[in-house]
Amino acid sequence: MSETYDVAVVGAGPAGLAAAVTAAEQGLRVVLVDAGRQPGGQFWRHPDESVPSTDESRGQHQWRRFTGLRDRLRALESRGSVTRIAGHQVWFLEPVAGAGAYALHLTPTVASEKTPGVPALVTAVRLVLCPGGYDRQLPIPGWDLPGVMAAGGVQALLKGHRSLAGKRAVVAGTGPFLFPVAAGLAEAGAKVVAVCEAGSPAGWARTPGGAVAVPSKALEAFEYAAVFARHRIPLRTRTVITRISGADRVESVRLGRLDSGGRLTGLARADLEVDLVATGWGFTPSMELVTALGAATRVDVDQSLVAVVDAWQRTDVDRVWVAGEATGVGGALLAVAEGELAGFAVGRDAGRPVPDGGTRRLQRVIRRGRAFARAMHRAHPIPAGWRDWLEPETTLCRCEEVTVGEVCAARDTLGATDARTVKLLARPGMGWCQGRVCGFAAAALAVPPGRDLTAADLAPMSRRTLAAPISLADLAGDDHG
Amino acid sequence: MTELDLTLDGRPISARPGQSVGAALTDAGVVAWRTTRRNGRPRGLFCGIGVCFDCLVTVDGVPNQRACLVTARDGMKLETGDE
Ligand SMILES: Cc1cc2nc3c(=O)[nH]c(=O)nc-3n(C[C@H](O)[C@H](O)[C@H](O)COP(=O)(O)OP(=O)(O)OC[C@H]3O[C@@H](n4cnc5c(N)ncnc54)[C@H](O)[C@@H]3O)c2cc1C
Ligand code: FES
Repeated sequence: MSETYDVAVVGAGPAGLAAAVTAAEQGLRVVLVDAGRQPGGQFWRHPDESVPSTDESRGQHQWRRFTGLRDRLRALESRGSVTRIAGHQVWFLEPVAGAGAYALHLTPTVASEKTPGVPALVTAVRLVLCPGGYDRQLPIPGWDLPGVMAAGGVQALLKGHRSLAGKRAVVAGTGPFLFPVAAGLAEAGAKVVAVCEAGSPAGWARTPGGAVAVPSKALEAFEYAAVFARHRIPLRTRTVITRISGADRVESVRLGRLDSGGRLTGLARADLEVDLVATGWGFTPSMELVTALGAATRVDVDQSLVAVVDAWQRTDVDRVWVAGEATGVGGALLAVAEGELAGFAVGRDAGRPVPDGGTRRLQRVIRRGRAFARAMHRAHPIPAGWRDWLEPETTLCRCEEVTVGEVCAARDTLGATDARTVKLLARPGMGWCQGRVCGFAAAALAVPPGRDLTAADLAPMSRRTLAAPISLADLAGDDHG
Repeated sequence: MTELDLTLDGRPISARPGQSVGAALTDAGVVAWRTTRRNGRPRGLFCGIGVCFDCLVTVDGVPNQRACLVTARDGMKLETGDE
């Protein structure tokens, strides 16, 4: 077997990049594994670097932060301090008995894009997990029609491929992320007929110090306001999509109004004609690697299951740190700060002298970022009435095509009172995506109305036997590559 | 930059170098290339980042590939299906 690294970092997004370069610059041998072919994660997704381009930074924010990290990574790679394994997913993680190390089992993200020389297994003494997350979804009648996409997916097409997912778009759901998506679409030439935000701007006013505490956020908001004005994008607050219609693709949406408590109070008289619906309700952290190791989890303010970490990003599992969205959804710059701190933390664990001032500054940035994230989540909750516009025949699980009615029947007539039982009875979350898309909604539907979600409700929907789909060859012998 | 030539069920589709198959199909105005097993519903891109598996497509005879992740290559043969 090859060498055991000092640290394995999983994920090369804002958090993982910062963790990997910081750890390596302290002299640790680092292996950095990412499912994507290029570093950057979701926030800094960009076109294929092997194709010459003059506008790599188009549509990006904080791009110099990224290129700074990428330059440091490249320098460390060429010195042999970081081994970067791109285009590979960690499908299984386990402690190596008696060796004081962890084994990471790898599989190519795309079966036909194998990189020669990449081992099927790497081992490392320490783990820094930075797996990020994905858009959180709620079912809407008609949301399985082509032309309905996750807001992040629409953004990924623009940032990574310069592709425009539609010509007449509505952007809907909740959270500040709706703004860059709408702005990106408009700048790329789409007509954005409405941005529907379920929350209301008053939400921010209730949490003093939220947005203003992070100056770069205020600046970004200012930029979006300018783009919205230039393209005449209407922002409708306390507004949701209650139905998506079309024969074999999206043709129109119906909007509904919410009261201040998030309940549906009325429907718009006319439907909006669109060919693209970009929707998302914040993000769901990827928790499969964290839960596979048995690390402690908790339910965050936004009702996401997240890892419990201490002031140094350390979990309660020996030599495992977590940074970025998996410790709580909070945006890219918070992820960078957490990654950097985790990089110092592994250095400290390995006996390297760690700059006191620098780490204290990072801890302050993180505390401020967390306070901002809490204010953001409180201002953009899942509306209390999100079940109001569902119909029994609305698809809940897109993979197995399980309907809302089937899940409610498991709860009401078969007596299931928790997500695990509902999953066994009605089988939502048992298809290809293993509950990544419907897991949150299925867990929320499974609990009796009015009861808050607990970690025990969310855990069954975020635990996965395998963190990624793999071939039988991988399962059988681990000897590809 | 020269375009790449692919086919979807024999129909020509072009792609820019570095684009994913899913992005190329999107640019060609194709929004669905798979039908579901239970209800025969059309599906294409949804999450755009490899999470949802809605976008499965057969690439050069290999079924169940995520179109949003596969990089377009010249001469690639894509087939719709009912995974
Ligand atoms: C599709 C999408 C688009 C987004 N776009 C924006 C945007 O434009 N603006 C904005 O402000 N915020 C955006 N966000 C929010 C954004 O995710 C965060 O702000 C930021 O990227 C978080 O950084 P991170 O390092 O925690 O995670 P990420 O950036 O998500 O990086 C995590 C990385 O880990 C990899 N990974 C996960 N699991 C494994 C595994 N098992 N094996 C190998 N690799 C793995 C992933 O492929 C990914 O590259 C987006 C989110 C999504 C889901
Ligand atoms: S669009 Fe979700 S996996 Fe490809």
